[in-house]
This record gives sequence, structure tokens and C-alpha cells, in this order.
Amino acid sequence: MIYLQLLWVFIKIGVLGFGGGYAMLSLIQHEVVENYAWMNTTEFADMVAISQMTPGPISINMATYVGYTAGGFPGSLLASFALCLPSIIMVYLIIRLFMNKKSGTLMANLLKGLKPAIAGLIFAAGLSMMNGQNFVQIGKGENNISIVICVLAFVASYFFKANPILLIVLSGVVGFFVY
Amino acid sequence: MKTAFQLFFTFFKIGAFTLGGGYAMLSMVEKAVVDKKKWIASDEFWDMIAIIQSLPGVFAVNTALYVGHKIDGRKGAIAAMLGAIIPSIVIILLLATVFREYRDLPVVERIFKGIRPCVVALILAPSLRMIKSAKITWKTAIIPIATVLLIWLCKISPAIVILAAIAGSLAYALVMQKKAKQAMERKEDQA
Repeated sequence: MIYLQLLWVFIKIGVLGFGGGYAMLSLIQHEVVENYAWMNTTEFADMVAISQMTPGPISINMATYVGYTAGGFPGSLLASFALCLPSIIMVYLIIRLFMNKKSGTLMANLLKGLKPAIAGLIFAAGLSMMNGQNFVQIGKGENNISIVICVLAFVASYFFKANPILLIVLSGVVGFFVY
Repeated sequence: MKTAFQLFFTFFKIGAFTLGGGYAMLSMVEKAVVDKKKWIASDEFWDMIAIIQSLPGVFAVNTALYVGHKIDGRKGAIAAMLGAIIPSIVIILLLATVFREYRDLPVVERIFKGIRPCVVALILAPSLRMIKSAKITWKTAIIPIATVLLIWLCKISPAIVILAAIAGSLAYALVMQKKAKQAMERKEDQA
């Protein structure tokens, strides 16, 4: 049963995941945390950090991790395969049917139209993770270190395009010394 | 068969050593496939990347499938795809096994308490940068705001939101096309 669920969830994500790995975050979070409760919100945040820090496509990393958590070794293979399945079909169709610039432009225009919604999707995933589980003792006066880390990391990433892996390592070091 | 093996190892190396996602990978693919192996000409490579980029799914996998198919048919496509994903699967399986074993250790918990708010920042920052690059005005700001509220507050499935956005985006494209056509016809009538 769990295997069928994994298959269905990741095929859906493979079909609807426009705009790269981060754009899939919201889809994955909804299914994995809210719908099927395979992970809680801190596990989800930890998984994103680990997927971000390891080489390879972030969405394959996340699919493998979720699959492993929900269904062990077979689950991990199944989730990654399910994520690739729509790609295999789509790329094959594109090669067979309409591999030309005109249809390419149509798809590019569609993606351009989707961009504002995708940005909102990613933002919503971030907001959903901003909770008492991921932010330690939020609003309890003296211990607002979580918020400080978040704001500093945001500034470093948004304004200075700091390396995300470096930021994760640094905040891990801060966590080690502060908590 | 030799080409399929080469494709597998080319994408395996890329999958095993590229940090930072799809776009970091792209220059490595170009170096391997266009410069070194000379499998595809540069302009043809970038033409096909333009098409692949607008597809949903894993960008690295789509690229591997396309390049693989171009060079060695179906066999090549599967070989390149497996090469691109196997390093990820192996590394994550190892890490997940170890991490789930030790995540309750106080040291690990302390480190991740620091990491979690940083992850949130790393998700929020690119979404805002995307809004900036999509040239959103006060009028079109309704789209990302509505998306956020629907998913975050109303807990509506992001899948439904994406489908609605695709429908809206297509309708808009069609209306614009029709308008452009009508304007052209009016011009012709006047002439």
C-alpha cells in the first residue's frame, strides 16, 4: 500500500514539478508532511538540509530520502523511479512528436506565465516550515537565536548570494555552540 | 554498448560531483558532451536545453535523457539517466541510514537546531529573487500572494494550485494571441 502511495505521489510531483527542485518543495511537503504524515516538520527540514548539501539533483535526493523513510530501501528506489517516470515519457514524446523551436517557445511562454505562481509556491513552503518545531522557543524573550540565524542567512543569501552549503555549515556550528 | 557505458559514466561523474543543483550541472554537461566528447554541437546543445528547461520534472534527468537519446537512442537515454541519479540514491541512502540512527544524539540535535532556521531562509530567499526576476508589478502581485495564502493558510493542495495556474497561463497566452491577430486584421482592413 505504502509503495502504491509513494509511486502515485512522486509521479504526480514529476508531472507538476515545473521550475526545478525548489518548486517541488511545496508539493513534497503537502504530501509527505500533511497528507500521509511520513515525516514531521523537523524531519522535513533536516531532509531538505541534507539534500541541499549532498551532490546530485536535489529533487532526486529528496525523493530517495522520503522513500527510504516511508518504505525502506525498496521505497527509496521506487520514489526516485516514480519521479523520473513522467520525464522519461515526456522527453520521449518531445523527441518523437514535436522537437522544434515553435513548440519550445510555447512551453517557455507557459513557464513564464507560471513563474509568479511558482515563486508563491516556494515561499509558502518556507512559511509552512516557520513554526515552533523548527524555530526553537520562538517569541520566548531571551532565546530568539533561531530568528537571528534565519534573518542573517536570508540577508546573506538574498543580497550577497552566499553559498547555501556554507550557510548550512555555519548555522550548524552556531547551533552546536549556542544550544 | 560502448557509447552507452560512456554516457553512464559521464553522467555518473556529473551526478556524483555537482553541488548546487541543475544549473551548476549544466556547465559540466556542456564541458563533457560538447567540448570533450564532441557528441553534440554547441548551438544544437543550447537549443535543446532551451526546450528541456521548460519541462516539468527533474532538470538533470530530463537533460540526461535527451542527451543520451540524441547520442545512443533509447539505450543511451536510460544509461545517461541512471548515471545521473545513482550517485544521489547511493549517497542519500548512506546518509539517511546514519542520520536516522544518530539524530537523537544531543550533539546532532544541537547542530540541526541551528540548521533548521537557515533552511527556511534558503527557501524564502530564492522565491523572492524569483518574484523580482519575473518583473511582478502591483497588479500581478495578486498571483504569488494568492498562491501563498491558498497553500499556507487554506492548506489547499499545491497540485490544484499548479493546475489552476497552468489553465490561467494558457488562457492568458491564447487571449493575447487572439488580440494580436485581431489587431493585425484591423490594420489590414484600414489599409
